[in-house]
Amino acid sequence: MAINGFKNHPYIPNSVPEVQQQMLAELGLESLEDLHAEVPEALKLKANMNFPKAIPSEFELRKHVEKLLAKNDNCADNLNFLGAGCWQHYVPAICDEINSRGEFLTAYGGEMYNDFGRFQTLFEYQSMMAELLDMDVVNVPTMDWAQAAATSLRMASRITNRKEFLVPELMDLEKFLIMKNYCGPDISLTRVSYDAATGQLDVDDLQAKLSQNTAGVYFENPSYLGFIEQQGKTISDMVHAVGGLSVVGVDPSSLGVLTPPSNYGADIVCGDLQPLGMHMSYGGGQAGFIATRDEEKFVMEFPSRLFGIVPTSVAGEYGFDDIAYDRTSFGHHREHGKEYVGTQSALWGITAGVYLATMGPKGMEELGQTILQKNQYAIAEIGKIKGVRSSRLTSPGFKEFVVDFNDTRKSVAEINKELRGDNIFGGKDLSHDFPIFGQCALYCVTEIHSKQEIDCLVQAIARIVCS
Amino acid sequence: MKRIERSDKVRNGFHQAKWDEPIIFELSQKGERGIQVPHAEEEISAQIGDGISAIPSNMRRLVPPALPEISQPRVLRHFMRLSQETLGADVNIEIGQGTCTVKYSPKVNDALGRLPGMTALHPNQAEETVQGILEIIYKTDCFMREISGLDNFTFQPGSGSQGILTMASIIEKYFEERGESSQRNEIITTLYSHPSDSAAPAVKGYKIIHIPPDENGYPDFEAFKLAVSEKTAAFLVANPEDTGVYNLRVQEFTALVHKHGGLCGYDQANANGLLGVTRAKDAGFDMCFFNLHKTFSTPHGCGGPACGATGVTAALTKYLPGPLVEQHQDRFILNNSNTYDPTSVGKVRSFLGVAPVILKAYSWIMSMGAEGLYEVTKVAVLNNNYMYKKLMEIECVDAPYIKGKQRIEQVRYTLEKMTKDTGITTGDIQRRMMDFGMHYWSSHHPFHVAEPMTLEPTETPSKEDLDEYIATLTQVFKEAYENPDIIRSAPNRSVCHRVDGSGVDDPKQWCITWRSYLKKTQVN
Repeated sequence: MAINGFKNHPYIPNSVPEVQQQMLAELGLESLEDLHAEVPEALKLKANMNFPKAIPSEFELRKHVEKLLAKNDNCADNLNFLGAGCWQHYVPAICDEINSRGEFLTAYGGEMYNDFGRFQTLFEYQSMMAELLDMDVVNVPTMDWAQAAATSLRMASRITNRKEFLVPELMDLEKFLIMKNYCGPDISLTRVSYDAATGQLDVDDLQAKLSQNTAGVYFENPSYLGFIEQQGKTISDMVHAVGGLSVVGVDPSSLGVLTPPSNYGADIVCGDLQPLGMHMSYGGGQAGFIATRDEEKFVMEFPSRLFGIVPTSVAGEYGFDDIAYDRTSFGHHREHGKEYVGTQSALWGITAGVYLATMGPKGMEELGQTILQKNQYAIAEIGKIKGVRSSRLTSPGFKEFVVDFNDTRKSVAEINKELRGDNIFGGKDLSHDFPIFGQCALYCVTEIHSKQEIDCLVQAIARIVCS
Repeated sequence: MKRIERSDKVRNGFHQAKWDEPIIFELSQKGERGIQVPHAEEEISAQIGDGISAIPSNMRRLVPPALPEISQPRVLRHFMRLSQETLGADVNIEIGQGTCTVKYSPKVNDALGRLPGMTALHPNQAEETVQGILEIIYKTDCFMREISGLDNFTFQPGSGSQGILTMASIIEKYFEERGESSQRNEIITTLYSHPSDSAAPAVKGYKIIHIPPDENGYPDFEAFKLAVSEKTAAFLVANPEDTGVYNLRVQEFTALVHKHGGLCGYDQANANGLLGVTRAKDAGFDMCFFNLHKTFSTPHGCGGPACGATGVTAALTKYLPGPLVEQHQDRFILNNSNTYDPTSVGKVRSFLGVAPVILKAYSWIMSMGAEGLYEVTKVAVLNNNYMYKKLMEIECVDAPYIKGKQRIEQVRYTLEKMTKDTGITTGDIQRRMMDFGMHYWSSHHPFHVAEPMTLEPTETPSKEDLDEYIATLTQVFKEAYENPDIIRSAPNRSVCHRVDGSGVDDPKQWCITWRSYLKKTQVN
């Protein structure tokens, strides 16, 4: 059986048969079949692969994919209260405008001359994140928060030459699994307990687990379950006392109102850029950042690219270049460089830069304040529903909170199913990842939720749990 | 009027956009703002107060972040200008970023990726509310299976390198379960495979062994036989390697590793030249990854977000990171059994990976079908060999290994003769090609081919485009012999002039952020 091609395909200029013949003649070949002469016949397919028939017209292709996407119920048409690592914030139109620009969208690994704009934009991104975080060094983004945290741990391990890390019991299970996989087999992660009422890290348990082998402590602010960890300074001091490092994961959308971790002793700060101008896109908007002080011992442990500003041969002209490139696996040392580098999430770094430049200091502060107020309102109103505790953990929070349904006769799964009937996506069911909490859900309220929408949620929950 | 003479293929009048744009902080004007954000309703403020008072005082930010204060038109103009100073694939003939498979990314797919049915999906939504995207992921999985012959794919890895890390993690778990972790601590790769084939497994603690090329550029089988042993955990390799040479004895390599109990992982970053021609499974591989942002057309985004779809045989499926998307009758479900099984990898990336990239790759494949994918591959190889023949006719160009035989997806050339004759290096040529609006790439470090030049046309340039790139290179090589100063001083028509990188390795001088630059360059 012969193998057929697709002539005159709009994406393949040289699929025109006459052009192919001309080019083949240049090579002294007769047909496309004469190509791949180096692949052994025994390994070659003898017939076309088994695929659905191509949809040749762009119009029909578009209809086909649109029809598939229409099978989804999305958070634009429904009222969404899911967060848990991917949050629904407003994306300023200017963010999409810039990241849709073909020049940025389709660039890749060009040099600092012809990809000058890519270098400057990412340098500016690093610089604005540095202000938000109050630290001097920020990387070109990595994959996501989990990867940024995992790499932060590996960096801390190399800096301290120690292999034991302490992490909170109350953290995202998926993130823990990613960190555990990336840090294995050599670095161990030990869980530190928490105060049952507040969720705050149990510093007595921390003290008991700290030792001369401790590379560092990792904790988050706000924590995965939304509350603010208030003992940042204490925790950092404790780990510093045994010669370890303080590594803090942070939600950057909180930093207009919350103290940046560097101010309470964090040595390495990491987190996710998704809240800063990225759509949720079913988890496709994640991008990780890592920040440190500008000290050689930290900078030289980054596996990521770091873009720096440099002079050029012309006075008054800005230039950009890779800083300490040979650290990376792209340098001369390959596997002896720091971890590995490659394609990561640069376009989201560019977008986060646009977002921060657009928001400015005032925008970030107001964003934080709005979120705080709406959260506190939602907690107050949900708490009025009989049998529902709207804040399972008593510590103040930022944009997420744990709603406790244990005293209702319904499971979170049942409640969420009924909420979907009202076009509401209820909070994340925590019963699998945190069985100790029983039937609890993690709710997220951001600046996009209006009072009316929060009231709508409250009424729906009240009706469901009372029925 | 007289007809305007414009027959020269080389763009001697080119100049890239140069805006001399300040750093964004220099645009700041106190009081300006780029956007207003929503405020809490008055009833909420009346009931709750300012919200901030509820934060413990030690956790309140007292000094606002020193972000620039800029009105929206100025923010937009700034980033528009910076975009124009970036040479994306949309605006140049993409041949010069060899090994990166930078091909045309159809606009319709980007438009589909921006629909609310994609962008407004939360990854924790209930299965029944995301049937569309799950169907797309599942069907793309089936496409990858058909292309590779393997049995199950994960789309979590955010790049080829993370795909390699995932393969290394699967290898680790496989031998952990068999109680052979401490014994099998070596991974074998080749000198011309991507650096990440060495670097990512090294994160997992593996000792890396590199097989050098033999006189024909194939991985040296004699050296390989000596390297494979009961210590071998796996063989991770690209084929063709970055030289464009296809290892025609690949089955003997994989068979030898299997004989010693090891696994074989295929770096398919160069798969664009092999779609519908030959498959990973048939060559004896247990796993592989494909770059959806390369072979399957999704845009590179200045370096991600992306996807390194990683597939395995049925026997290794239990080690894949979870969840896996499965079809049960007419429903698509998330199977999380792998995620929480401590004998599997668990997870390598949040949620299910970069879903819009999977969507765009799906749409691209649907625009191709089996016949289109075959055409892609045949034309990519035709383009590559056409360029190869034309460039080898230039006296100062050579390409080591398998003389007179075909290359697959790209060719690594050498300009050693030109450098010996003129002192002009491949790095100089790279900068000069920018003066014509073209990318050009040498090689990963360290250089194993002297003065390397790696070109990969893919299927999307026309013959005219190929001829223009060749004509431009020809002119530049001629300049190397006749007017080398113009090359040494290049770029002269790009965005900036020769950068002074003398401080980039010096902690006292490097400036990774604007605040650091202001501190280190303070004028007393």
